[in-house]
Amino acid sequence: MATVIDIRTETPHAKTYRLRPERPARHRAGQHYVVRLTAEDGYSASRSYSVASPPDDSGEFELTVERLDDGEVSTFLHDELVVGDEIEVRGPIGGFFVWDADAPALLIGGGSGIVPLMAMLRLARNTGKSDLVRLVVSARSPDDLYYADEVVGPETTIVFTRTAPPDSVRAVGRLQADDLKHALLPDATVYICGSDAFANAAGDLCVQLGVPTERIRVERFGPSA
Amino acid sequence: MPITRGFRGRGRAERDPRLPPGQYDAHDDWPVLNAEVTPRLDTATWTFEIEGLVSNPTTWTWDEMHALPPSTYEGDIHCVTTWSKLGMRFDGVSVDTLLEIAQPLPTATHVMAFSHTGYTTNLPLADVTDGKAWVAWEVDGQPLPRDHGGPARLLVPHLYFWKSAKWVAGLRLLDHNEPGFWEQNGYHDRGDPWLEQRYQGD
Repeated sequence: MATVIDIRTETPHAKTYRLRPERPARHRAGQHYVVRLTAEDGYSASRSYSVASPPDDSGEFELTVERLDDGEVSTFLHDELVVGDEIEVRGPIGGFFVWDADAPALLIGGGSGIVPLMAMLRLARNTGKSDLVRLVVSARSPDDLYYADEVVGPETTIVFTRTAPPDSVRAVGRLQADDLKHALLPDATVYICGSDAFANAAGDLCVQLGVPTERIRVERFGPSA
Repeated sequence: MPITRGFRGRGRAERDPRLPPGQYDAHDDWPVLNAEVTPRLDTATWTFEIEGLVSNPTTWTWDEMHALPPSTYEGDIHCVTTWSKLGMRFDGVSVDTLLEIAQPLPTATHVMAFSHTGYTTNLPLADVTDGKAWVAWEVDGQPLPRDHGGPARLLVPHLYFWKSAKWVAGLRLLDHNEPGFWEQNGYHDRGDPWLEQRYQGD
């Protein structure tokens, strides 16, 4: 079980939940937790959510959750859950899509896919390893960009696909090879996170740019996963 | 299980008994969840092999595989991430047919399924024999889509679907259990949905 310590609004459709588990566990950047909700008749629904906060000694972690209109768990988290509530969580889970600040990484995120990558970026910044990381994040518009104020920085390239701020240098449009080329650190492991369509497109771009497939790790988000 | 304050869940008349605990029906949706880049495989160069603790290690080409007696699975599939799809149809060849040719040695107790992408997953040999497993290349009457493991995937529908290795390249028969990809990354060695064996320690 974990207690909800804080709830923050990131965008009109995304909230961050700070949780303190009964039994704290230090997660790795890129891991996720499973949240399970149980109704009075015993019916339960579980979903996985990536940890947004970097590993630290606080005994707490943060999940950023996108509200899906037909989502069973996300609508509950957004519409019902309040600070002080307890929810059942399991984790941290995952050993493949993780980064431990010990090797170069190119992080490519689409929409809510930025969440586990943000844990990695935060870890890099906290440990003075920013030079190991490049983040390319794709969002529909500035209103849809999670952690907008925090994510900007020398490591980060932001791609807007529908609406861009008026002073944008880059034209609005989908992720392209040019967006990734300069971010490809030598020997970097690539971490791609986003919807299935985004992951496929980004993966194909990386392969075209010559990244060996063994160095590409993919986490696919979706309404059912 | 602790009750979550205020949670009612989706309106449900009656839960379909075909759904294992903690699963929901994905209906027309079929999520894609592989951790590697989706490969493009050519059936002209595709192979499938059975190796390891067998008397007769064998490799089949696409055409050779299709010349074997066909077999069909009609039923449900269950993903550890909690979605299930009910009433699917997969066509291919039964793993029993392949093992009859390869002849497992008496010492073989487990298999490691491996894919053209390097993906691996481990299973007890008993979970891929006696009509429980297939190499499948058609789903619901159509060629298996690339995203879902095409041209061919392993199909072991009585276990969570990560055991049904996409882009399967073969089975290695072993006399011991060793964890494959997801099993090394926190998921259960066996993965029985009816026992909710999702993660290591379940």
